[in-house]
Amino acid sequence: MARIAGVNIPTSKRVEVALTYIHGIGRSKAREIVKKVGLTDERRVSDLTEAETISIREVIDRDYQVEGDLRREVAMNVKRLMDMGCFRGLRHRRGLPVRGQRTHTNARTRKGKATPIAGRKKATK
Amino acid sequence: MARSVWKGPFVDGYLLKKAETARASQRKEVIKTWSRRSTILPQFVGLTFGVYNGHKFMPVLVNENMVGHKFGEFSPTRTFHGHSGDKKAKRA
Repeated sequence: MARIAGVNIPTSKRVEVALTYIHGIGRSKAREIVKKVGLTDERRVSDLTEAETISIREVIDRDYQVEGDLRREVAMNVKRLMDMGCFRGLRHRRGLPVRGQRTHTNARTRKGKATPIAGRKKATK
Repeated sequence: MARSVWKGPFVDGYLLKKAETARASQRKEVIKTWSRRSTILPQFVGLTFGVYNGHKFMPVLVNENMVGHKFGEFSPTRTFHGHSGDKKAKRA
């Protein structure tokens, strides 16, 4: 078990894959990190040396914004839009898609699970 | 696709002139405009614009956060009051 960037404990997977368990790191950033630290592709988290773990941690701290910091920045950006009263802010407030997608159908990711008639009380038998 | 940087921000010429005179006169007056497509420039900060939404002129007091956005973004053109029986819908 290795702790990298706070609470993340990736397991016996390849380093490139294990790093994607960190919020803000996907496959391409994981690949960059592995390259910067100078590990081979097939190395797994379990057989990393202490020094390698530390240098991974350093690279992430230095070059990437992850986890809480990243979440905070995203939340701040959304809040800025909402406070400004612009169109994108209104869409965030209403929980509707922000980038001009259709809402007649679909848009379920933003709107949540479909209900037959939104707002009606659940029928009791 | 985003607009090319070398073109600079788009602003309708008449709006720029109006804003400059309003700035010079120091009077707090709403500048009525139909130009929803114009970019908000740094020199517009502090001025109030009435942005037409097809119905009326919505007052928009420009602050520094708004720079780089378009006027139309601050003047919604549609009103949605929710569906009948939809109790969760917020009233606009």
